[in-house]
Amino acid sequence: MAIGPEVLKIKDLKKSFGETAVLKGLTLTVRQGEVLVIIGPSGCGKSTLLRCLNGLEKVNGGEIVFGGQFLTDPQTNWSRTRQRIGMVFQNYELFPHLTALENILLGPLRVQNRKKEEALAVAEGWLTRVGLWDRRDAYPRELSGGQKQRVAIVRALAMDPEIMLFDEVTASLDPEMVREVLDVILTLAKEGLTMLIVTHEMAFAKAVADRIIFLDEGVIVEDASPTVFFENPATERAKKFLNIFQYDDYHKNEGAKGDSGDSPLTPPVIF
Amino acid sequence: MDLTYILDKSPVFVAAAKLTLVLAFWGVILSAALGLMCAVTRFYRWPLVSQLAGAYIELARNTPLMVQLFFLYFGLPRVGLVLSGQTCAIVGLTFLGGAYMAEAFRGGLAAVGKDQVEAGLSIGLGRFQLLRYVVAPQALAVSLPAISATVIFLMKETSVFSIVAIPDLMYVAKDLLKEGRGAETNFLLCAAYLTIILPVSLIFARLEKRLRFAGFGS
Repeated sequence: MAIGPEVLKIKDLKKSFGETAVLKGLTLTVRQGEVLVIIGPSGCGKSTLLRCLNGLEKVNGGEIVFGGQFLTDPQTNWSRTRQRIGMVFQNYELFPHLTALENILLGPLRVQNRKKEEALAVAEGWLTRVGLWDRRDAYPRELSGGQKQRVAIVRALAMDPEIMLFDEVTASLDPEMVREVLDVILTLAKEGLTMLIVTHEMAFAKAVADRIIFLDEGVIVEDASPTVFFENPATERAKKFLNIFQYDDYHKNEGAKGDSGDSPLTPPVIF
Repeated sequence: MDLTYILDKSPVFVAAAKLTLVLAFWGVILSAALGLMCAVTRFYRWPLVSQLAGAYIELARNTPLMVQLFFLYFGLPRVGLVLSGQTCAIVGLTFLGGAYMAEAFRGGLAAVGKDQVEAGLSIGLGRFQLLRYVVAPQALAVSLPAISATVIFLMKETSVFSIVAIPDLMYVAKDLLKEGRGAETNFLLCAAYLTIILPVSLIFARLEKRLRFAGFGS
């Protein structure tokens, strides 16, 4: 998909919780249709960044401009802004007292005051696409983790957002359900939806990203194409981080030493 | 035990039970309304009103209903405010019940996670919509056992109304005791209270079961 004009500009964004600075002056520009995958060690501020973008966290400094509007302005109408920014959470957070369809229709009907038939048609379209239209009357507790997360994605999409934020959306899923959720996001990427994705799925990141944003200790350490980032990371910090995912090398290196010393995988000798 | 005596006196108890039920009904409804208001002010942490609600709750929960009724019935006339016995009964029961209801609702509201609130906010729900469509329905399900306990408690608390000269069940029972009919009176009292309270208890038990299966606790 063609990359369009700038939709989101973040300038020198700062956020701290008490004494702890989590984002230490972060600058980033996102263009329409771009898919950014944000990776980095836990506690690096990935989730906080997403949460600042839709006002779930108050920022301490810097600027966020979304569609020409300053979100760092205290007068921001968040109800209106959040309709344009879809967010999907790690633990789905479907409303347990509502069916899948009711979860999806709540925003369009109550927030956007859309006509019932229109909202229903949109919901049917999306639910059919993620393969869950026949599960529309199920309550969240009757759905699998993967199904819940697909419904949660549709709930955000049904608002017709201009940008989607995914906050570790597969981190709570069993491995066999990860794929069905990632496939949905891959399709959305192909269709040109602007997305910011926080994930630990490196293969997925490689496949879906236009740009990889590597965050560490509250700053952007690398901003590169996936090919460059994964095959030729510029910084030591990125190399070290990527190493975490290299089990094969680790094992080989241990073996190559050829000594009979303690491998971490050997059970400890108690006596 | 004298069955004819019991049959003979039962119309008196039916009338007293009706009165007790009417007073309890209004007390419970108004308590729920007052309690909900208090719980909501505390949920939104509205300054001042939420502290006021907190102070009221402590005052109402930590003084006996009989003392509250004394104040309304015998205390207020001294400052020129004379309320009828029935008004005192309903106001007193509401004053007591509002605090218990507030605590029942608060427990439910507190049980709805911060993540649910954030999910609601993220689809653009406003503060009131969030409460109405996301938080309140879930809170109600959690609160229901506490609400049910409060309703039953309030219905039983009506038994002190006789001190403000209301011809409720205890009042007519005291009259009968003067005739030296302890066993019959006791039987009639038990039967009357059971008749009005047990159905309420059963309805709530049913409701709790229904809500438990309605898709909560996913």
